[in-house]
Amino acid sequence: MFEHFRSHTLVPERPAASEGNFYPPENKDIGPGMNERIQKLRKLSVEAQPSLSIERALHETAFYKENLGTCSVPVLRALNFLDHCRKKTIYLGEGELIVGERGPAPGVIPTFPELTCHSVEDFQVLNSREMQRYTISQADIERYVSDVIPYWKNKTQRERIFSHVPKEWKAAYEAGLFTEFMEQRAPGHTALDGKIYRKGMLDFKKEIAVNLGVLDYLNDPEATDKSEQWKAMDIACDAVILFAERHAGLADELALLEADQNRAAELKKIAEVCRWVPANAPRNFWEAIQMYWFVHLGTITELNGWDAMNPGHFDQHLTPFYEQGIAAGTLTREEAKELISCFWIKVNNHPAPPKVGITARESGTYNDFTNINIGGVKGDGSDGATEVSYIMLEVIKELHILQPGSSVHISTNTPDKLLHAAVRVIRQGHGYPSVFNPDIYIPELIRQGKTLQDAREGGCSGCIEVGAFGKEAYLLTGYLNVPKILEITLNNGIDPMTGKLAGIKTGDPGLFDTFEALYSAFLKQLHFVVDQKMRVSNYIDRMFAKYAPAPFLSVVIDDCIARGKDYYDGGPRYNTSYIQCCGLGTVTDSFAALKKHVFEEKMFTLPRILDALSNNFMGEEVLRQTMMNRTPFFGNDDDFADDLAVRIYNDLFDTIDGKPNIKPGGKYHLNMLSTTCHVYFGKVTGATPNGRLAGKSVSDGTSPSHGADTHGPTAVLKSLGKLDHIKSGGTLLNQRFLPGLLRKEEDIKKLGQLIRSYFMLGGHHIQFNIVDTATLLAAQACPEDYKDLLVRMAGYSDYFNDMNIDLQQEIIERTENDAY
Amino acid sequence: MTEALIFDIKRYAINDGPGIRMVIFLKGCNLHCAWCHNPEGISADAEKMYAISKCIKCGTCVAACPGKAITLNAKGIVTDPALCTMCGRCAEVCPTKAIEMSGKSMTVDEIMDIIEKDRVFFDHSGGGVTFSGGEPMLHSGVLVELLDVCGERGIHRTVDTAGHISKAVLLEVARRTDLFLYDLKMMDADEHEVWTGIKNDKIIDNLKILAASGAHIIIRIPMIGGVNDHEENIRKTAEFIAGLAGEKKEVHLLPFHPVAQNKYAKLGRADDFDPLSVPDQEILSRNIAIFFEYGIKASTGG
Repeated sequence: MFEHFRSHTLVPERPAASEGNFYPPENKDIGPGMNERIQKLRKLSVEAQPSLSIERALHETAFYKENLGTCSVPVLRALNFLDHCRKKTIYLGEGELIVGERGPAPGVIPTFPELTCHSVEDFQVLNSREMQRYTISQADIERYVSDVIPYWKNKTQRERIFSHVPKEWKAAYEAGLFTEFMEQRAPGHTALDGKIYRKGMLDFKKEIAVNLGVLDYLNDPEATDKSEQWKAMDIACDAVILFAERHAGLADELALLEADQNRAAELKKIAEVCRWVPANAPRNFWEAIQMYWFVHLGTITELNGWDAMNPGHFDQHLTPFYEQGIAAGTLTREEAKELISCFWIKVNNHPAPPKVGITARESGTYNDFTNINIGGVKGDGSDGATEVSYIMLEVIKELHILQPGSSVHISTNTPDKLLHAAVRVIRQGHGYPSVFNPDIYIPELIRQGKTLQDAREGGCSGCIEVGAFGKEAYLLTGYLNVPKILEITLNNGIDPMTGKLAGIKTGDPGLFDTFEALYSAFLKQLHFVVDQKMRVSNYIDRMFAKYAPAPFLSVVIDDCIARGKDYYDGGPRYNTSYIQCCGLGTVTDSFAALKKHVFEEKMFTLPRILDALSNNFMGEEVLRQTMMNRTPFFGNDDDFADDLAVRIYNDLFDTIDGKPNIKPGGKYHLNMLSTTCHVYFGKVTGATPNGRLAGKSVSDGTSPSHGADTHGPTAVLKSLGKLDHIKSGGTLLNQRFLPGLLRKEEDIKKLGQLIRSYFMLGGHHIQFNIVDTATLLAAQACPEDYKDLLVRMAGYSDYFNDMNIDLQQEIIERTENDAY
Repeated sequence: MTEALIFDIKRYAINDGPGIRMVIFLKGCNLHCAWCHNPEGISADAEKMYAISKCIKCGTCVAACPGKAITLNAKGIVTDPALCTMCGRCAEVCPTKAIEMSGKSMTVDEIMDIIEKDRVFFDHSGGGVTFSGGEPMLHSGVLVELLDVCGERGIHRTVDTAGHISKAVLLEVARRTDLFLYDLKMMDADEHEVWTGIKNDKIIDNLKILAASGAHIIIRIPMIGGVNDHEENIRKTAEFIAGLAGEKKEVHLLPFHPVAQNKYAKLGRADDFDPLSVPDQEILSRNIAIFFEYGIKASTGG
């Protein structure tokens, strides 16, 4: 009881330091990891300054110049990929066991001029900006100017998109009503299933050959297109085999030069592994991890798809190899853990491709969102957790690095042991793993049309979005700024920030005499904006199908081979387009404030509030404070607000869900993630009726607005539980707890019980920041002392120091839950 | 309808009994401990709390006060206690919640409606409701009613008490309580009177009676540096606890924390806050060891 109230000491406590949360000072030069090898690899990875390599762009430009027009587009793309795999600089670092880099070295990222050709100015911004900086040499910029930029003028995907978009779309986009994911990066948004552990590239080539052999040129009008697609897939398989063989060759060469006998033996083993996978299905634990890694590298080298690539239920896929190795005595637990650690560091070596402009603001992070699923259920519905799951949690706990993200999946038949092991990692305060509920996302996937088994084998990738692993393209198309839609509704379609028409005219807001009149105008704006968004998303989809197909990605996603169709062209078994709605808390609280104070209690007139909003509440502090403090807000288990949240959520669902996305059987679905977009959306949105000042962040995911939840975490979970999560493809709840809430062993169980209760209420996902305000403020003041402070952003973790001041502020303002 | 004056309700309480709990704080106490961290729980009447830091000096309360008890000056508001009837109108209109009334009269049904909100968390954690205060047993009528309803509905019931109450009430409550958190401040009767305003004979007797009744009890001892953390008191306490009837008692030591300073200020009683000492970590460890000597499991927190 004496810890009833939060305490802010002058010297902030560093939570759970005993569990390796921070570098022990005496070891600062090496850092954590299970042994010296892992410590060194980790240090190299963590300290690599992200930089740009123009190698891929040079290869690609030369290749396009020579070959464009000589073959079909899919074959051109595959040959381009093969050409780069043949020529690219390969890397095999000291002490590595798992090998392969997308660029010439860790932390070095290639560019993709076919999508967005960076200008000199872009490079200068990337090279000099304070956050998410990517270095590039002046010589490389000059080479880009002479050899790359001229060729791609008017030929990039970005230019195709922006030259096409209707003026209504442009007005809405520029007003910040939505963002567009595909203007700089390709659609990826997928995860793998277990097929690459059962089949190698040679097996896929056989399947392709069989299909090519039975092509019906007499009756099938698509026969020619299919044949080009299959040829392209076949070449793509050769490309990754070649890429692996080059690593085998390099390993052999290094082995000859190696003085250390042990390392020479390891290098020979690496050569053997790389000669076997990915050409063939893996035979053991080491090969299984290397197999995935080559496939991962293939997909992120071919194009720069969003969310990199994701192994899905990696623990489940590795388990048979682990068990077989342990039983045969050819693998120890330590060796398995070391290989998993090597893999973790490999993912961390790959910062996201650099983003510029609005896209950099909606997703301002080095994190590329690979998200390892741990636990969950198997295809038959039984518990999927194994010893490998626990090893992965150990690795996460020890390494505490930015990437990969991780999530633990807790179904009713997941043992408490796994949940508690996960909470112990959560307690360290890095913001991961996040926690997912298969008992809700499986019905989400089934509702979208997946079979039971495909749904069970699905999970989350990226932040919180779910899909059928290995069988679905579930593209995030962009964020929707729902509070801004209310803002333009209150301004008759005009964006008050610019005075320009951004939506449609829905009437003079001063004349809305009932809440329903206001709400119906809001719905009209919503329909209009979503309609604009979908038109262009569909167009972009076709541009990718036509100009930038992904033959290698298509090899590993069912049923692209069977259908002879590209990943972007309806090849996958399921094709989803998600629109991610942002700011549910802000818009709910705003509607609640208007409903209560204008339409029910008539304390203020709507014109007076509109006036106050347009002046950012200057001179109207009493009004603002009343709206803020005297309105039931979302997140307090109060039906006045929660009913509104449910209504808005259901209307978002009705507006988006089920609309065709012009791929066969493909549909739009609702998603509720926000990444960092709630901060960008806040910047472009004026003051809102819930008392939020202009420019301040809007609420993230489906979390309550900052500081709006005043009744503790159980009330938040109850409010969230009123939404029907099955209607979405993901909701997102951030909770910030003080370290004091996880002090005792018993508290771990209680947090586990809190999570299980939330899932019983129908929650999809929850994630925690276990850090106190004093620590965050201290980290802001002395960044160099807190280099390793990882915090949960929205669906992923990021270094606090790598966040700009707005994002940092956003984290600090999140409601802090203390022990009672 | 029976009503109780409630001054706070805390959800996700994890230190006041098993599982995830809701704590209902009933207003009014018959002890006046110098270290009290819930000073707003002492008076059995509604009280006005004013947080000057939140006040924007808008004067809304001044205009709304029916008794004209409030005046506004450059620093904030001043309430004339002679004119104030504690009607709560000022708190209702204050736009920033700088003024809040501590103590809200609630019926058993109203309280139960709130308790039921967290049912899913109780069910999943083996948690329930904890009645605290003040001294919850001073409201024995409504407390017994609440405990009965919770019992009927299968909600685990904990009562947090200082034990200065009649034997009849104690046993009435004990009959319908699953767990007691029983505060035992110190063993010396005179010292006890100095620090809490009353002698501890009834508290000691009641604990014996309660233990003999077979009640499930956790004993909580606030640890105030230099007041009751000395070896003599701890040994006496341990000896007493070891001799209690029934199952072995667990002891939770609650180290003093000067968190309530702000609350005294809000009540307009900043001068009443007694800056006592936080106990030394080493002394806490030693005290835990002493309890172990007597075969008693002790820990800090809880």
